[in-house]
Amino acid sequence: MGTFEHKDLLGMGALSAADIGLILDTADSLKSISLRDIKKAPTLRGKSVVNFFYEPSTRTKSSFEIAAKRLSADTFSLSASTSSMVKGETLLDTARNLQAMNPDVIVLRHSSSGAPYVFAKALRASVINAGDGINEHPTQALLDLYTIREKKGGIKGLKIAIIGDIAHSRVARSDIIGLLKMGATVTVSGPPTLIPEGIEAMGVSVINDPALAVKGCDVVMLLRVQLERQSKLLFPSIREYGTFFCLDENMLKGAKRDVIVMHPGPLNRGVEISNGVADGPYSVILDQVANGVAVRMAVLYLLIGGAKSENVD
Amino acid sequence: MKTLIKGGEVVNPHSGMVEERDVLIENGKVSRIFPKGALEKAPAVSATIDAAGKMIIPGLVDIHTHLREPGFEYKETIATGAMAAAAGGYSAIACMPNTAPPNDCRSVTEFIIEQGKRAVGAAVYPIATISKGQKGESLVDFCELAAAGAVGVSDDGFPVVNSELMRRALEYARYCGLTVISHCEDPNLSKGGVMHEGEISTRIGLPGISGSSEDIFVYREISLARLTRCPVHIAHVSTGVSVELIRRAKEEGLPVTAETAPHYFTLDHESVVGYDTRYKVNPPLRTSEDVVEIKKGLADGVIDVIATDHAPHDSLEKEVEFDNAAFGMIGLQTALPLTLELVRDGVITLPDAVRKLSSNGAAILSIPGGEIKEGKGADLAIIDMACEYGFEEKDILSKSKNSPFLGRMLKGRCDLTMVGGKIVYQRDI
Repeated sequence: MGTFEHKDLLGMGALSAADIGLILDTADSLKSISLRDIKKAPTLRGKSVVNFFYEPSTRTKSSFEIAAKRLSADTFSLSASTSSMVKGETLLDTARNLQAMNPDVIVLRHSSSGAPYVFAKALRASVINAGDGINEHPTQALLDLYTIREKKGGIKGLKIAIIGDIAHSRVARSDIIGLLKMGATVTVSGPPTLIPEGIEAMGVSVINDPALAVKGCDVVMLLRVQLERQSKLLFPSIREYGTFFCLDENMLKGAKRDVIVMHPGPLNRGVEISNGVADGPYSVILDQVANGVAVRMAVLYLLIGGAKSENVD
Repeated sequence: MKTLIKGGEVVNPHSGMVEERDVLIENGKVSRIFPKGALEKAPAVSATIDAAGKMIIPGLVDIHTHLREPGFEYKETIATGAMAAAAGGYSAIACMPNTAPPNDCRSVTEFIIEQGKRAVGAAVYPIATISKGQKGESLVDFCELAAAGAVGVSDDGFPVVNSELMRRALEYARYCGLTVISHCEDPNLSKGGVMHEGEISTRIGLPGISGSSEDIFVYREISLARLTRCPVHIAHVSTGVSVELIRRAKEEGLPVTAETAPHYFTLDHESVVGYDTRYKVNPPLRTSEDVVEIKKGLADGVIDVIATDHAPHDSLEKEVEFDNAAFGMIGLQTALPLTLELVRDGVITLPDAVRKLSSNGAAILSIPGGEIKEGKGADLAIIDMACEYGFEEKDILSKSKNSPFLGRMLKGRCDLTMVGGKIVYQRDI
């Protein structure tokens, strides 16, 4: 097995294809722990993992917590509903305060893009970006890559469409970077107002009509539509979005016969995904959730448990 | 009191000549300029300054500075700003009115002038707001403010959205002898943005401010200048399209002038990768293509002035999330060396640089300075063109240290600055 030479996981951009491969392989070997009667390995005993969430989150937070606990790390949760500035403290102050408590890993969710970079620079602890603003959500991309590899046997050469609010999606950014690094072809789709300026420079193509975008695809990834976006003039109404951009079974007929459909959740049924597709045979949405735990175990292990040459068990 | 500055090369922005001269200063004014060798016997003087090997330039004139007083003295005071300016070679600075309270009435204008007189450094000239409270609703008392000493009006930081108000401002300001400086930004287009909208903002997930938000308002001001035939000065031009719009307006003979700031010809939006909030500025750092166009605009004279848009902010406003960080960077002590980079790169000549950093701005705001001439006030700076140094925090005399150029190697440094014949800054050498 190769080595993982990173202090932090801030974004997919910093990972090489080999790094990604190593994380996915590690997740493979750790996944079995979750299937045992006693779902615990002693690998990270004595390590402390702090979940620091500036934004509400249920699934990412619990996924990290379960992952850390299954590796015997101690976990702590901090939440801050507001920016540090409201209290008259800078973000750097907050980071320094955390460092003073000497944690091994900070799992950070923040509403501002780039906030984990401030923490990573100031902290000796490893920082895992659990979603920053509209920038990145690397562990979501890694679990998506893991799920695709598990279902398709590989990622290279696959044709993938990502549909929805690309402009405001950190999942889309991380997925695009990760998928391209692993050799997939990526098309993004959605109303023009939700496709950001210059996205082609990332290496994707743009096809606004989702029916055309899914044609011949191996994987269709949907993004959650933020219902409040319509008030910002980005699209006329949820009704219109659901009529013209919702992935339904009919649209999916254009994809490959063994297509898989993914969604980072939570679903807006009838808006970006029809009930038939969400609950149908192509959906791997719940596998994504299960794989999330394994991938996060792998990331924690590689960041703070991998220094010693002990077995992954 | 007589002072002789001996042996320096004097830059004359009007003739474009750079020649060795001895400059005699008496009672605050330049009394005689002697050609090389003409001064056979040194006159009896109280002080002699040896400027051999140095450049003597008219004191720089910054028409776009934020001094933060009154209201935000923790960021900068008029005293610290005037001192930092002098250290950067400035003999005069005009300060923007977005203080607290804003400079929208006579008492604030007078307060700034009084504080400026107490300060040791560049002379301070207040710019008043266009609208009461910078709300963009009604005009301030232009004539009264002009009488109190304001040299221009601007709602800088807050675009004047109401085109009727801007039209009336242009018409009325000319009558009062005030220059209108427009901060061009369509706030509906730029809302929520923190950097230039383009490939980089998309890649690193930061909300963007499109070039259009500037271009649209630049064109509006040009259209109003055509309608009213009244002068308008465009602040901090950052886009190539704006440069082209202003170029055409000038070709048409419209009374439009424009400034840019050193960061717009030195940095581009790539700098923001890494989320360092020192690069957060409004208008935002644009693309490398925009940088090329800004340089062209400087070279062909479309952009008249290099202003600093010196915007001090405390660490409290900068060591935070990129979204929440304040816009702006300091610039008084880096404008000259960064402009000299353009001179060394052959973009503009040294006399051009002096025009853009000094005389053109002085002319636009009708304030003293911008030339070294017999009978005129002795506002000048002595520059060591060969001095190379890494710019460090300890060099910064501003109260705030938010410079993106910390750590950069700079060449060209101010040794001495004189305002009205008085030395207001002298570097320890």
